[in-house]
Amino acid sequence: MKRAVTLPAPLAQIPWGMLLPLFALVLFGAAVLHSAAGGDFDTYATSHLIRFGVFLTLALVMSRIPRHLVLWGAYPAYGVVLVLLLGVEIIGQIGGGSQRWLEFGFLRLQPSELMKPAIVLVLASYFHTLPVGMIGSWRALVPPGALMVLPMAMVLLQPDLGTALAIVFGGAVVLFLAGLPASWFAGGGIAALVMVPLAYFFALKDYQQRRVTTFLDPESDPLGAGYHITQSKIAIGSGGIDGKGFGQGSQSHLDYLPEPHTDFVFATMAEEWGLVGGIFVLLVFGIVLRWGTNVALDATDRFSRLLAGGITATIFFYVAINLMMVMGLAPVVGIPLPFVSHGGSSMMTNMICIGTLMMVDRWNKQSGAASN
Amino acid sequence: MEKSPNSNALHDRFNRRIFIVGAVQGGIGLLLAARMGYIAVAENERYRTEAESNRVNLSLIPPRRGWILDRNGSPLASNRAEFRIDIIPDRVEGVERTVGMLGDLLSFSEAEKQDLQDKLNGAAGFSAVQVASGVDYEEFAAVSVRLPELPGVVPQRGYSRYYPTGPSVGHLIGYVGTASREEYELEPVPLLVTPGFKMGKDGLEKQFEQQLRGEPGARRVEATASGKIIRDLETREDVQGDAVTLTIDGPLQDYAARRIGLESGSVVVMDCQSGDLLCMASMPSFDPNSFSAGIGRVEYAMLSDDERVPLRNKVLKGLYPPGSTVKPMHAMAFLKAGIDPEETVVCAGGLRVGNRFFRCHSTHGVTNMNRAIHQSCDTYFYHFAQRVGFDAVAAFARTVGMGQEFDLPVASQFFGTVPDAAWKMRKYGREWQNYDTVNAAIGQGYYLASPLQLAVMSARLATGQIVQPRLIKQDGHPPFASMNFNPEQIGFIRQGMSDVVNGPGTARRARLPLEGIELAGKTGTAQVVSLSISDGRSGPWKYRDHGLFVFFAPVDSPRYAGAVVIEHGGGSGSAYPIARDVMTFLFDPQKGLDALHQLETQWGGTAQQRLSARYAAYATAAGVDLPPPPDSVRLAAEVDAEARAASTGPERAITDAIVPRSEEVQT
Repeated sequence: MKRAVTLPAPLAQIPWGMLLPLFALVLFGAAVLHSAAGGDFDTYATSHLIRFGVFLTLALVMSRIPRHLVLWGAYPAYGVVLVLLLGVEIIGQIGGGSQRWLEFGFLRLQPSELMKPAIVLVLASYFHTLPVGMIGSWRALVPPGALMVLPMAMVLLQPDLGTALAIVFGGAVVLFLAGLPASWFAGGGIAALVMVPLAYFFALKDYQQRRVTTFLDPESDPLGAGYHITQSKIAIGSGGIDGKGFGQGSQSHLDYLPEPHTDFVFATMAEEWGLVGGIFVLLVFGIVLRWGTNVALDATDRFSRLLAGGITATIFFYVAINLMMVMGLAPVVGIPLPFVSHGGSSMMTNMICIGTLMMVDRWNKQSGAASN
Repeated sequence: MEKSPNSNALHDRFNRRIFIVGAVQGGIGLLLAARMGYIAVAENERYRTEAESNRVNLSLIPPRRGWILDRNGSPLASNRAEFRIDIIPDRVEGVERTVGMLGDLLSFSEAEKQDLQDKLNGAAGFSAVQVASGVDYEEFAAVSVRLPELPGVVPQRGYSRYYPTGPSVGHLIGYVGTASREEYELEPVPLLVTPGFKMGKDGLEKQFEQQLRGEPGARRVEATASGKIIRDLETREDVQGDAVTLTIDGPLQDYAARRIGLESGSVVVMDCQSGDLLCMASMPSFDPNSFSAGIGRVEYAMLSDDERVPLRNKVLKGLYPPGSTVKPMHAMAFLKAGIDPEETVVCAGGLRVGNRFFRCHSTHGVTNMNRAIHQSCDTYFYHFAQRVGFDAVAAFARTVGMGQEFDLPVASQFFGTVPDAAWKMRKYGREWQNYDTVNAAIGQGYYLASPLQLAVMSARLATGQIVQPRLIKQDGHPPFASMNFNPEQIGFIRQGMSDVVNGPGTARRARLPLEGIELAGKTGTAQVVSLSISDGRSGPWKYRDHGLFVFFAPVDSPRYAGAVVIEHGGGSGSAYPIARDVMTFLFDPQKGLDALHQLETQWGGTAQQRLSARYAAYATAAGVDLPPPPDSVRLAAEVDAEARAASTGPERAITDAIVPRSEEVQT
């Protein structure tokens, strides 16, 4: 790494090339949230920045954890999150009705969020210990499958389709990167094609089915479920190239846009900042994801590679599904936009992912330094 | 172990696959950028328009309705500025809570709360439901302050329709109300569902809806998705509807309505020279002011319970056997058929035809035409109707307006029956009989006429011209065609009718208390049931005879003509005093009013005061447990259907002669 200014070693190890654009994105997010609150900074933006600060510290602390400790803690961590998920289920059953979080007084914890990095961690650990020759055998598929299905089923019961899909996606990418035979993925893809209609008719709740049908034809129900997609497209489309100007978005300010500060924050942004703002957001995500991919490529061992690759895919999944949703390319599934949407759980998960990547990055640099 | 070839192969596979994953991510990134570019650039114009139409709400301002004026330009229907409370049903959270709270704030009775509840339950979400109009400022402010707790409730300032003379013009003018679903489907314009807009529901308000309506104003506002107005952008004033000027003389209409008093009936007065209808009073009636505010269940129940059918316009939809009021007209038919007016019959209390004896109400002795008219001798008409043949009489009756509809701007008018042989064969499949001629000769049997037709008959007889009634004021009038009477014939009939009042006739008390103006007329008593059920004067109200009177004045050069019909008044004695007072008022208002004030003290107030008192009594007695009123469209249809049912002729053919009631009058 060439640098004009020589920084002290702890600072030099921090991946500024990724972090500085990320800071810019979070600050931009704060500006958008300021506007979404009707021109009030304290409603969303303050807590957004505070959370980022807190979780950035957490991520920096995480990045110092040595590799052997992570390897040792992978299964226990997965187990704890699974127990928390079970806790949510039990409390939900007792309380009657669906619930997604646990109250810890100071913190409202959503265990399904923690499961997204946890599933990647535990699978990376599993494939690390799986003898290389068994990659084409049932042992490469059945135990990981069980590790994925268990949390997925519990999250689906909540019901939270978006998070369940994120868990499956993260796990599937780890399986793919671990080198499972390509034909299995082709088979899995065909199976999914068969499963999708079955799932649509038998597994999805009424409101989820409606979301899918209205996604396919938003105009069929312009004042009902299709309303979200339609209004979001109007917000993005009316922004044009350079937007209506900061604080000038009528769609968000006059309450036409639903959830202007969480799921549809991108539409709020695009209305005021236009295509230019959209390209900026996409670029920052591109930089972060490219850095994450490079971390995975640079990784010196199988565990680190799979962990970094799976975590990068998890962040990507958030971004892609959210943006496809607000632009009318995917059904409304309730996934926020990382680093921009207002919300503690999403910020926590994504910063855990960033922390994990920084941790792997640090391992890479340490082993690089050692081999040098 | 990292060095094992297998492990290396896996590492290669990882590198290949992470490249694939990265490529997919990049591809989706590009797809998203392209998609956003497409929405924001290519479709920018479309979405910009949609965002703008989201942002800007166009709200219509109901136009001020055109006034309805009487012939002298004073308003029969005008507008009053008012405070009003509306509800948008879609936005209400908790109908019962809202109704309860509003009811308390506006001090509603239980029945009124129930009315509101029903209206909200039956309302389509899109259109505003009126809670109350004419709210006073205190109540308006009380509701306005509590708006945050009452989503969907909209306090407004606007105009309400105001009918200064209330019930006097109820049937004639009609009333207004919010558009019903049917009306909106018939005319799907946004104005109809605009809060505060009311359209004509009955009478002239309905007939002249398009003229009276005017052009709505518009207000462009920036509004949130939930309809909250952020700021005004632009406002266009409304254009008030055009006024409609009637031929009605407002004070005369009001006087006549009040003069009917406790009776149920109608008064028609028209100008013989122009055909202008000066008065079309029909009582008892409803108060169009309260109907326009929304018909309440108590009011509706009270009115529909009433056997005097206050919802029916009796001028146009009341049909009655004309009785002896047709005698001057029949006499004219005899003259036209060549009968010498000096030819006499001897009335010995009736007439034998074949082997049957048809009674007269009295014994008149030697009777010529003049005497037959002023004494209302039945025998004379039995005799000459048979001589001339009733088909000839009926043909003449139609030329004076009997059985005819007139070209008037009204929703419906009933045209009654002038019976003849062809008609009877068509309707009952029976031959015309002698007793049919006898009954019809004295205006009984199948004969049915509306008060308007009786007034037109009397105007045409008095002037000898085919006077056409009209309701909308125009300057001048087309010359009327002649009835082809010769002056002697006209003089003869005028004299006969004058003698009824001013001579030795049956209505000497109808004489006008005025110097130099003489009234001519003809009494009539129409039997409702046969003598075996009731004597026609006492007993249950609905069995009593109808009292009728047709008239014109002054005798020598008729200017005004008219008819008074009092339902079940017990004889013509109930009708002609009203005609006398109405005509007195026309020539000398003060004298007329003095007579009325004396009567109203006995009756317990003006028509409006009595209606209010009855409403209060009825409301206390009935409580909340009443069926809700029908929608105004259905209400109109029901009233019409009931009127038709009430005025159809007998189900089966009449097979006997009617025994006429006495026309002799106590002086």
